[in-house]
Amino acid sequence: MSFPAQHDGKSVVSLRDVSLRYGKVVGVDHVSLEIPRGILVGLIGPDGVGKSSLLSLITGAHAMQEGDLQVLGGDMRDQAHRTKICPRIAYMPQGLGKNLYFTLTVEENLQYFARLFGHDAPERRRRIDRLTKSTGLYPFLNRPAGKLSGGMKQKLGLCCSLIHDPDLLVLDEPTTGVDPLARRQFWDLIDNIRLEQPGMTVIAATAYMDEAQRFDWLVAMDSGKILDTGTTQEFFAKTGKDNLDAAFIQLLPEEKRSGHTDLVVPPLEFDENEGYAIEAEGLTQRFGNFTAVDHVSFKIRRGEIFGFLGSNGCGKTTTMRMLTGLLPATEGVAKLFGKQVGADTMPVRKNLGYMTQIFSLYVDLTVRQNLTLYARLYQIPEEKVKASVDEVMARYLLNDYANATPRSLPMGIRQRLSLAAAVIHHPQILILDEPTSGVDPVARDLFWSQIIELSRRDRVTIFVTTHFMNEAERCDRVSLMHAGKSLACDTPAQLVKQRGCESLEAAFIGYLEDADPLANAVNQMEKDVPAEKEEKKSHSKLWEKINAFFSFRRWYSCVWRETLELMRDPIRATLALFGAMILMIVMSLGMNLDVEHLTFAVLDQDQSELSQDYALNIAGATRYFNERPPLQSYDEIETRMRSGDISLAVVIPPRFAKDLQGGKKPEIAFFVDGAMPIRANTIDGYVYGVHKQWVKKYVRARYSGEHPPAESTLDIKIRYRYNPDVLTLPTMVPFTIPMMLIMIPAILSALAVVREKEQGSIINLYVTPLTKAEFILGKQLPYVLFSIVSALLMVMIGVTIFDVPIKGSALLLAVSLIIYCFIATGIGLLASSVTRSQIAVLFMTLFGTMVPAISFCGMVNPVDSLPGMSRFIGTIYPTTYMLLISRGVFNKALGFVDLWQPLLVLLITLPIVMFFSIILQKKQES
Amino acid sequence: MKQHIRNIFHLGVKEIIELAQDKCMIILIIYAFTLGVLVTANGTPDSVTNAPIAVVDDDHTQISKRITDAFLEPIFMPPKTTTMAKADPGMDSGEFTFTVMIPPEFQKRLLSGKKPEILVNVDATRMSQAFVGAGYIEQIIDNEIKKFSKDDSGVESELMTLDLRNKFNPNLVPTWFGGVNQMISNVTMLAIVLIGAALIRERENGTLEHLLVMPVEPFEIMCAKVWSMLVVVLVATLLCVLVVLQGMLKMPIDGSFALFTLGVALHLFAVTSMGIFLACVAQNMPQMGMLFILVLMPMNMLSGGQTPRESMPIWVQDVMLAAPTTHFVMFSQQILFRGAGIEVAWKPFLWLLGIGSVLFVISLMKFKKTATQS
Repeated sequence: MSFPAQHDGKSVVSLRDVSLRYGKVVGVDHVSLEIPRGILVGLIGPDGVGKSSLLSLITGAHAMQEGDLQVLGGDMRDQAHRTKICPRIAYMPQGLGKNLYFTLTVEENLQYFARLFGHDAPERRRRIDRLTKSTGLYPFLNRPAGKLSGGMKQKLGLCCSLIHDPDLLVLDEPTTGVDPLARRQFWDLIDNIRLEQPGMTVIAATAYMDEAQRFDWLVAMDSGKILDTGTTQEFFAKTGKDNLDAAFIQLLPEEKRSGHTDLVVPPLEFDENEGYAIEAEGLTQRFGNFTAVDHVSFKIRRGEIFGFLGSNGCGKTTTMRMLTGLLPATEGVAKLFGKQVGADTMPVRKNLGYMTQIFSLYVDLTVRQNLTLYARLYQIPEEKVKASVDEVMARYLLNDYANATPRSLPMGIRQRLSLAAAVIHHPQILILDEPTSGVDPVARDLFWSQIIELSRRDRVTIFVTTHFMNEAERCDRVSLMHAGKSLACDTPAQLVKQRGCESLEAAFIGYLEDADPLANAVNQMEKDVPAEKEEKKSHSKLWEKINAFFSFRRWYSCVWRETLELMRDPIRATLALFGAMILMIVMSLGMNLDVEHLTFAVLDQDQSELSQDYALNIAGATRYFNERPPLQSYDEIETRMRSGDISLAVVIPPRFAKDLQGGKKPEIAFFVDGAMPIRANTIDGYVYGVHKQWVKKYVRARYSGEHPPAESTLDIKIRYRYNPDVLTLPTMVPFTIPMMLIMIPAILSALAVVREKEQGSIINLYVTPLTKAEFILGKQLPYVLFSIVSALLMVMIGVTIFDVPIKGSALLLAVSLIIYCFIATGIGLLASSVTRSQIAVLFMTLFGTMVPAISFCGMVNPVDSLPGMSRFIGTIYPTTYMLLISRGVFNKALGFVDLWQPLLVLLITLPIVMFFSIILQKKQES
Repeated sequence: MKQHIRNIFHLGVKEIIELAQDKCMIILIIYAFTLGVLVTANGTPDSVTNAPIAVVDDDHTQISKRITDAFLEPIFMPPKTTTMAKADPGMDSGEFTFTVMIPPEFQKRLLSGKKPEILVNVDATRMSQAFVGAGYIEQIIDNEIKKFSKDDSGVESELMTLDLRNKFNPNLVPTWFGGVNQMISNVTMLAIVLIGAALIRERENGTLEHLLVMPVEPFEIMCAKVWSMLVVVLVATLLCVLVVLQGMLKMPIDGSFALFTLGVALHLFAVTSMGIFLACVAQNMPQMGMLFILVLMPMNMLSGGQTPRESMPIWVQDVMLAAPTTHFVMFSQQILFRGAGIEVAWKPFLWLLGIGSVLFVISLMKFKKTATQS
């Protein structure tokens, strides 16, 4: 193993026999490596060979599995060591702005990271200004990070990483998806920073071999293993090649190289008289004020390979969407084979093959299922589908993978599958949007040989975008795009000649610099003026120890960032503030347990004065009963009850009056719709009551003057306490408040954490000094505050609109609601520690809060009357106790003296929930 | 036309294959139609069960003892005897829902025909138990007194008799109603979530854009999603009715099963269209989830499944006519419990068809609009 010349002999990173597996997949395979101090090390190799895995181990983002890893003089298995060196490492994960917060501005992102590393306000200002001025981001401090171009995002990511003067800077593919000018600027910036901080070691992974040439020392990787290490010159000497792409291919094991030959592009032959395949004239697309594509024109001949170059977000994809008719052009015309792309794009689309930037076939369908589906959708007749599928599978060497799902396939094979799907119907035009990003050089060359064959042999017109200059050189003509404009369009050789440059890349950069003088402004690193030497305040050891575990500054920076993010997401903010209130109103309207206005009809077979009086008596109870037209027959009872027209039928028998007067005990029949038992029960009760009432009245009338028989022997007095009218609302309000306040805050806080897991910014927890407690408690506070406001709104609505007064101690209610909001958010955070996907955590918290709150916490049946498991859940669930307090205060006029027990339970629950939600959260990926 | 049908069919099959690979959703479906239904069915709080009751017996005679012992399970928990001083705090803390106060010299006064008084306190914050429970208590005490004084010559029973029958569910088994109700909620939930998730996943993975570049129309994509998810949820629903409701909860099904199937299909048509609309409004899955809570909960709460429709304010009833769940609840009760046929069920069916068509058209317009903007 060779070491670069200029190092001082000390290793910053030392790996011995390190392996990393994801389930069955091996990411890193027994790697041993020493990385010296103070150099720029390049990890080269295509996607999925283990570069990122290796880097995430080195930064401590991923937990160690096998082997021994020493970073900055300590073991990375040791938690204490990781905590200690955390501030000395900076990590920029793969993906454009993966560690950034897109709704936050450039300034806010930088402020957040600066706070995490404990800088005070003037120091933060100084550092942010210096870094943004030297990267050209200074004018954009107030722009949201999500609205930056790819190159600028990467620069911002770099600034965030450099805010704390790290000793080890780890960059994972920092320039993927960035235009050549921005790429060059990025590496110039790194060079400047290194000049200023000579002791800093930089480890960078990249798939661009051309930029790797300027690194001090290279580590070539494949299949989780190290192929070789050395300087660029050493690689060239070893392989006898003069460019790194070729050298890398040479380093690959024999079987991977097999079949690889250097590509030759035969010249394009075309008939001058033949029309153009694709024409664009002044194509323009505006989204509001923003012009995505600005008067782009080109003409492409049949069979031509036309390259479209430019950075992410420069308008390439939008142009393609207009060509395909996906997006109607704001201005200008696009023509395919002389026909304007207009309203009816169907015939055009049949002749089009399309391959998107990201893999866009179905990852859960097998290779064969995917191809069959695409064949059918491209309207290949059913009897030819199988033949077509077989043909492309053979042509693109997919037969070995027929029954595999793309999810499990390497990038190169997925790319071939996408191409196969795009050409299965023999289209005349093929549109390829960055078809080769992330594919290894051998697979890329194979892919291009297939493209060339399609163009030259089948005369398919190919429209392709790419970031790779060596691919652009293979195109017949290229168009250089920047900020929606086409800067130049000609053959690659002609472009190079026109600019008088050495390479296409230099020519492109030349055009870019002309077009956008601002982009050119790569200022020199401003001299670092440490205005006044930072006075190291001498804190006691104890303070430092506490600070390492919990720093208020870091905690506050979390609170601050979460609040900003929440306020900029209208759906979440609305749900947090008003969701509970809206649902409370709905529930109160809907969960009306007062059974009223029941519909009934009478089948009066007697038609006497008495029978009519009886029926009238029922109808007289207007709050409870609504009379419908009388019944004519027994059959009608059946049909009308079936349709839901009536829920009660009263049958008064013939001779009712006579029998009653004659003492023959007539029988009145009531038929109740039992479909809804709660309603039926209530009807039964009402019926008995109304019946009794009538009988009393009748008896009094009949025996008036005479001695009436004893009515009853005792009096039973029923007192409905706390809610004398037995109305629903006074009981619903105290119930809905605790229920909504457990559900919505829990869902929101759970999503807040899992969202970061899904978007990748959780990496900031793994690789910065931020501790779990600071992170969790910082996340929690904004949601607690929002929930308290939401609770206040609900109480106000309860008191005003629903007219349910607070009879007991309002102070007690306030105190316990605040504690309860903390517990509810804590439960959400607890749920977030065991889930990874937002939708899973959403359902988990929804079911996990709503079901117990409604069924087990004493809303209907007291907890003590529940059986077994439900009773246990009810006993430990905080809603039970909040409900006791809220009912006590609202309905029963109670205060601290009566309700200290449930309050105590809530107070005890809070630290327990918080303890587990912090403990169960992970500080490393595993 | 033939190509339309072919595209719709094959895209739909693709949806089903994809769903089958999604463990999370499969678990959700299985849970929603088994445990989800059973738990709620068994926990349905319709009738009074295990109500905590306390008796303050200041009489200590044979009759007061009898009354105390007459409060039996499962309606009441074994009654606790307590004192006057402890009864009130017990009610305050929610320990007792009912307290029955038997005054001193109760038996003496009863026998001498002096009309003694029993006081029953009811915690009316427990809505569903309070009213019905108080009725039971009254009857129980009445009966005990009658048995004791061998006096069954009440005026009422002498004059006339009351024959009260509960049709369709004679014993008012609460689990049937609770089970069906929960199933209805879950059907709606799953239909919206499944189709919403499928659409958002397709948009996030870029496959939707790919489809739109091909000779496939948004209308076909939407139809494919609707029919495939409709079939999945429909099959799950029918299995749930047969296995869980009929098999495990022993619920008799009076009406025509085929008619019920048709109704569920109509309902699913409406709610899947709604799911597409929500997925078009939401930018991503979590937003979809939150919108879903705000839409689904009111739809379920006010559908008439939780509480009778006629007890809601008129304007709520009118507004809720636009919600598919209202009609789903209506025809489920008509068909499953009351054994009604098409002569009754045509009305909710027609409503569902109308609501579904409107939602479908709106969603299609929204879908076309959002599909071409990324």
